[in-house]
Amino acid sequence: MVKTLIFGFLLGIVGTIAAVYYLPVVDQYRESSIIAVAPNGGNTESFYMNIPTDRIMVGAPNQAEPLPPGIEWPVGEAFSGLRAELFKVRNSDETVIGVASRAASESEEFGDSIEWVVHLPARGTFYISMPPESVDGVHRVGILRAGTREFGPMHGRVSERWVANTDDDEEDAPDGRIELVTSFVGEFADDMLEETS
Amino acid sequence: MIRHLAALFIGLLLGAFVASALLYYNPLAARNSLSPLSVSDQEIISLGYSAVAEDAIVYTNDGESTVHPYPVKVQQLWEAPIRRTEVLVTVLSDSRNNAAGVGIKFMSDSEQTRIINGEALVDSVWHILLPRRGSLFVSQTENYWNFLRQIVVPAHWSSGDSWKGSWHGNTTVGPGALGTARVTGGYGEYAGLDSEAVEAISARAYSVAAGPVAMEGRLTIEVVGRADSQSAGLNAE
Repeated sequence: MVKTLIFGFLLGIVGTIAAVYYLPVVDQYRESSIIAVAPNGGNTESFYMNIPTDRIMVGAPNQAEPLPPGIEWPVGEAFSGLRAELFKVRNSDETVIGVASRAASESEEFGDSIEWVVHLPARGTFYISMPPESVDGVHRVGILRAGTREFGPMHGRVSERWVANTDDDEEDAPDGRIELVTSFVGEFADDMLEETS
Repeated sequence: MIRHLAALFIGLLLGAFVASALLYYNPLAARNSLSPLSVSDQEIISLGYSAVAEDAIVYTNDGESTVHPYPVKVQQLWEAPIRRTEVLVTVLSDSRNNAAGVGIKFMSDSEQTRIINGEALVDSVWHILLPRRGSLFVSQTENYWNFLRQIVVPAHWSSGDSWKGSWHGNTTVGPGALGTARVTGGYGEYAGLDSEAVEAISARAYSVAAGPVAMEGRLTIEVVGRADSQSAGLNAE
């Protein structure tokens, strides 16, 4: 019986360590990426934010109806030219897949700027900056400044536009949505070349 | 036969308990190391914030975690792909404790987490907005193993369901080779910046019911390769 006890003891140690080693502690839920291959190389992907339902926060001075109710945005002249928003981000299937921040900054010294940080937990994060002026009266176009994980070795452009909802039939339909379309190209790293050779 | 089965079962339980204790008290697991930026001779930006949800502008998560979203009516991140994500929007203060800007932090549990290595990893990014100065993007991997082991677990073991003391630790462990975060400048005087940062936490009180009660975070950002070095007030001495 002592031998059985010792066997069980060792099995318990090995089993626990094996379980901790092999079983994933964190398993992020994944939606399939809906990516199209661009004709000139790279790939494109669209992200949407329905307004107002996907808007989590509007941080700006002197708001008549703050979002969320109870928010205390910092006061002071320094913050007067800053507006920050938080959104839930949807893919082309209207499924929420991440969160994003959009910041609009006004500065006499540096000029105005718009920035996005789009955080997709299962894939990574990308950081975009764009000028506030639209290129064709509809789209703003920015560049990918940095990315993590899947977006780390990428470079490319992102366009932003407002798409108004013209469907009056639906009750509780959103006013419209913000559309972000990414056009990214990956870079070959040395380790990737070694893997393929 | 029954006695052998009982011995096997007791042995299994004992083995599992010993293995768990070995993992918990693993002396080779992550330790608080000295920040590589503490010996940097480059210009340093130091930004502090309260890590208590109710001190934030906005804090949200899945709504079922220990820390409750703030303000109460903020949207919760209940959808499956973002259920293991938290968002913190907070005022960042400079080294003189004046409001310097706003920071937005996205944090998601990392699939690279390995308890066997003493790693409770979080993939996090900061979107830092410093009015009249510029913006920064900080991406990092953080390890909360020491925080869990030395604060959260003792709080659960405590009869008062709380922890009080003085704890300080660097949470940043990557992606930089020296355990630093990657910093990318956005607009303004930080445009073109490509640098490193380290985030640290100082905790004084933690409650099982509400999470951090008295806790501050600090981002230390090295400024290299920037033409305009005027950032008075933000700089640490």
